[in-house]
Amino acid sequence: MTAMVRAEQVTKRFGAVEVLKGIDLTVAAGEVACLLGPSGSGKSTFLRCVNHLERIDGGQLAVDGELVGYRRQGDRLHELKAREVAVRRRDIGMVFQRFNLFPHLTALGNVTEAPVRVLRTPRERAREEALRLLERVGLADRAHNYPSQLSGGQQQRVAIARALAMRPKLMLFDEPTSALDPELVGEVLDVMKGLAADGMTMVVVTHEMGFAREVADQVAFLDDGVVVETGPPDEVLGRPRHERTRAFLDKVL
Amino acid sequence: MTTTEPPAVRVVPVRHYGRWLTALLVAGLAALFLRALLSSPNLEPGTVAHYLFQDYVLDGVVTTLWLTVLAMVLGTTGGILLAVLRLSDNPVLRGVSWTFIWVFRGTPLLVQIIFFGFLGALFPRLTLSVPFTGTVLFDRPTSVVVTGTVAAVLALSLNEMAYAAEVIRGGILAVDQGQTEAAAALGMGPTLTLRRVVLPQAMRVIIPPMGNETITMLKSTALVSIIAGRDLMTAVQSVYQNNYKVIPLLLVAAIWYLALVSLLSAGQWLVERRFGRGFARGGVR
Repeated sequence: MTAMVRAEQVTKRFGAVEVLKGIDLTVAAGEVACLLGPSGSGKSTFLRCVNHLERIDGGQLAVDGELVGYRRQGDRLHELKAREVAVRRRDIGMVFQRFNLFPHLTALGNVTEAPVRVLRTPRERAREEALRLLERVGLADRAHNYPSQLSGGQQQRVAIARALAMRPKLMLFDEPTSALDPELVGEVLDVMKGLAADGMTMVVVTHEMGFAREVADQVAFLDDGVVVETGPPDEVLGRPRHERTRAFLDKVL
Repeated sequence: MTTTEPPAVRVVPVRHYGRWLTALLVAGLAALFLRALLSSPNLEPGTVAHYLFQDYVLDGVVTTLWLTVLAMVLGTTGGILLAVLRLSDNPVLRGVSWTFIWVFRGTPLLVQIIFFGFLGALFPRLTLSVPFTGTVLFDRPTSVVVTGTVAAVLALSLNEMAYAAEVIRGGILAVDQGQTEAAAALGMGPTLTLRRVVLPQAMRVIIPPMGNETITMLKSTALVSIIAGRDLMTAVQSVYQNNYKVIPLLLVAAIWYLALVSLLSAGQWLVERRFGRGFARGGVR
């Protein structure tokens, strides 16, 4: 199996604070990996590093065999220009905790924007594709609504459709249900389960233990900037080997 | 629950005695002022009416209008550029933008207008040549190139650029960081993100102060009368310098400025509604 995401000793610091202290993690193509851990453990920061929203300070991070943010030439690494970084990001979809939909565009406009402007997809084809995606997330009838007219769960589903419109090979989810009212969490998780069943490679930062147990192929528990333990959900969630994992699970389960 | 009707209650509304009192007071003062105004022999309503639609006054109105439009278009375009430069990662460009804004916001518009009007005194000829070859591409006396009108447009739009830049920079900074990140995650480059995601949202914040800028600009065009800018104020001035009917002609100018500003305010309302789409207040549902 090929590795979609391969992180080796990734470090990241904000000023004097070292947030990532050497993350090792491999996510295979087609796999769903859930990152768990207390807040401040570095899981969201790591996720943002994967598509270069944050720049790593040390170690190596590669997506689908290509280094994130750098180009290897001989034995040197060249930092990529903003435009080159943008090209690499096309293949990586991202869903944010606070949705970050474009408020001045309708649901349909949000989904077609990047395909039309970035990939130069003909408008009519992008529109058909977008309507199909909105139908897939159960929002075909909301295509012409603005984000402010949608509930949190609906907005997050539009955000997922927006990311899928770029036909990514990897999807990153940064606490996708944390900003939602409890009764709206299920509709978003259902869409994500559907994606997983279709074989999408996904890295999900979440506090939804049930989702991790049911959908993940791999669960990684992070604490204080390192991966404490990783493995299939039954093992990590059911029979944690480390004291820190056990202490965390006791609190949240 | 009982089914009996609630007892009828007599409601005594609050009496607003203060309102009646102020209305009376204001009406009285207005009457006094109006009597004083009409008793002046120099008001001459007939003269006002006579000059209001004279050809040269109308020409002045047209000049004032296109001067405003041109200065605002150039000023806003340059303002966007300056704002982007000030927010750029390149420290040299940031410095250039800061210096430009510093100079043009730091000196009076009237000084700038006169300065451009007398540019010929500083540079008698405008010459464009290829360095080290002696090939001259362009060479004219400054006074021929920078006419009164050109000087007016230059001064007004350069000054406006400095103010617009700060308004636009504020608007850009008001857009949530998450919007830029979402655009970046979709593979949109910095320019595309600015044009399609950040600026359209910044517009909502930018438009009210820019409407203000436009109204200020319309009235600032009156200053170019100092270099014979052929605007409304220049037209009115040249009349009263001949016939000494200062007050009626100033009234003519005031009536036109007030009418044009009212028109601009209506335009601003329409534009604000357009860019309010997708937002809870004032949006098109």
